[in-house]
Amino acid sequence: MAYLEQIGFLILLGISGWLIYKRVSFIKRNINMGQSYKPKGPSSERFKKMMLLAFGQKKMFDKPVAGIMHFLIYIGFVLINIEVLEIILDGIFGTHRLFAPVLGSFYSTLINFFEILALGVIVSCLIFLIRRNVLSIDRFHKSEMTAWPKLDANLILIIEIVLMFAILSMNANDQILQNAGAEHYTETGSLFISEMLIPLYNGMSVEMNLLLERFFWWIHIAGIFAFAVYVTYSKHLHIFMAFPNTYFSNLSAKGKIKNMDDVSNEVKIMLGMQQPEGDAPPPSSFGAKDVNQLSWKNLMDAYSCTECGRCTAECPANITGKKLSPRKIMMDTRDRMEDAGKHGLENGKFLLGDFIKEEEIMACTSCNACVEACPVSINPLEIILELRRYKVMEESKTPPEWTAMMTNIENNFAPWAFSPSDRFNWANELKSEN
Amino acid sequence: MPEEIKIPTMAELAAEGRNPEILFWVGCAGSFDDRYKKVTKAIIRILNKLDINFAVLGTEESCTGDPARRAGNEFLFQMQAMSNIQVLDGYGIKKIVTACPHCFNTLKNEYPDLGGNYEVLHHSQYLQTLIKDGKLKIAEGGKFKGQKITFHDSCYLGRANGVYEAPRAVIEALDADLVEMKRCKTKGLCCGAGGAQMFKDAEAGNKEINIERTEEALETGAEVIAAACPFCMTMMSDGVKNKEKEKTVKVLDLAELIDLN
Repeated sequence: MAYLEQIGFLILLGISGWLIYKRVSFIKRNINMGQSYKPKGPSSERFKKMMLLAFGQKKMFDKPVAGIMHFLIYIGFVLINIEVLEIILDGIFGTHRLFAPVLGSFYSTLINFFEILALGVIVSCLIFLIRRNVLSIDRFHKSEMTAWPKLDANLILIIEIVLMFAILSMNANDQILQNAGAEHYTETGSLFISEMLIPLYNGMSVEMNLLLERFFWWIHIAGIFAFAVYVTYSKHLHIFMAFPNTYFSNLSAKGKIKNMDDVSNEVKIMLGMQQPEGDAPPPSSFGAKDVNQLSWKNLMDAYSCTECGRCTAECPANITGKKLSPRKIMMDTRDRMEDAGKHGLENGKFLLGDFIKEEEIMACTSCNACVEACPVSINPLEIILELRRYKVMEESKTPPEWTAMMTNIENNFAPWAFSPSDRFNWANELKSEN
Repeated sequence: MPEEIKIPTMAELAAEGRNPEILFWVGCAGSFDDRYKKVTKAIIRILNKLDINFAVLGTEESCTGDPARRAGNEFLFQMQAMSNIQVLDGYGIKKIVTACPHCFNTLKNEYPDLGGNYEVLHHSQYLQTLIKDGKLKIAEGGKFKGQKITFHDSCYLGRANGVYEAPRAVIEALDADLVEMKRCKTKGLCCGAGGAQMFKDAEAGNKEINIERTEEALETGAEVIAAACPFCMTMMSDGVKNKEKEKTVKVLDLAELIDLN
């Protein structure tokens, strides 16, 4: 019987490991569709940024309530994983509480600590569920937050509650069994949180408690494996992606737009500053119509987005009812990557047009509020500008007023239709005013 | 009879073999927009009063290319940038002061990629330095003493370049009562004009961005909305007019505050 459990456990471990491996390779391939990119700034500074933002959750505390709840779930997740290590080893070797004899009385302290964290996770997740579904917090109810994104967010919270409830119930049954002197059930000492659940399972037969203890053990660990697979399909992937994403983000001023070096060469030739190089072919296209024309960092951004909507809540265009939502830009980029990854890039669809509409990118004021708001250094603005570049330089499609503005710059060296010879008229006005 | 105001151009100085300490980059709005020309003039008066060795490019100045780049026209941007760099380098310019955050951002952050390297200051930073160094003395008990002034952060000065303190230091130097809007500094709300929006109608929505921002500014009860950007100036002035408050609430640039004090 014990062997059967061990074999079952190993099969489960193997299957989930394989599924995660397949999925991670797929995501990696998708991100690699992007163009080359080199982050600006020394790696030590970027490492510091990663430690502050991803490890330290610095920006999450811009909204203190959500920040504290999120932090509880985060440390719960990270630290309870130490116990998961024990559970996995128990599963492989068919042991029970492998670490208990090694750690002695410290083991009980440790498990008590994990239980407090588990309670913190449950409370935080419940509050998050209320915030999402009962309180009318605007950013959770935007037009892009229906169907799967809405379900995804709730599922994550519910699964986390179930996992934590399972671990506490497992410990409650474990304690009942310890008291009953059941075989293999090592003394753990009093576990204060799960103790509160004992009345739920007390007064049953020892066999029933044994069954329940095993049941919750399996729910917990199988749940974790299933959740780990699920995460790779979910917005919850941010728990891993936050780290590389902050590390590879730029440190240059937010106002700086990436220079197109291809264009620099062309312009230099046009201005007679450089001779055309013999066979160098002109660049094939400008800007981005699809995900493969964005940088791999833009694509990594999309997989790092957890759809919290802090960007959209700060976006002036969105606040005033325009179609643009920076969060949707990121979700669309990820959805198109998934689509292209599954069905090929050449499936007749494009990021610009089929996913992101012209009206959205035309509403952007490039104010950087979305970039500033993102807790994990995602840059929706860069994608918007790359799409605009495609619209203007490849399709020559601009709003007529912009065409006029550009013609003015070309002819009058100012965005308005004034004669360049009048540019200095203000000086004479000032002299005569004085 | 006041002393005649001096507005030397680079060409004049170069002919005399002289170099200015700073180039005042006026910008297109500062040159052509009737409202922002007043800001240009205020700055010139301050520079004259302090006897600062400056020059302007005059008719040799040209759009930095900022709106073209933000609209997506990289070719036009780089054409403008490269010819501007030729002019600036031709005169050996090292230090630039400008009253336009868009010009400031482009000259400071984007020209280096194309070979143009200058020390670029926004006029709020320059004014702050002048005050700190004791060159620019603010008369005590001036016009704005105790007045409620709110500062509207320009995105290209604030978030884009992290300049939040300099403009506030200038307002505080006037002994004014600086009041903040709900959304300020890193969370400041855009006026609606950046990213080349200044040059086209807004996309369909349920409100104009400048109205949203003006409402927020008016909520502070400030008598003056201080701005530091030509586009913000236009948007906020229009917003105040829309709310029919132009008689009681003024939209003024930092340089105008100093000049009027």
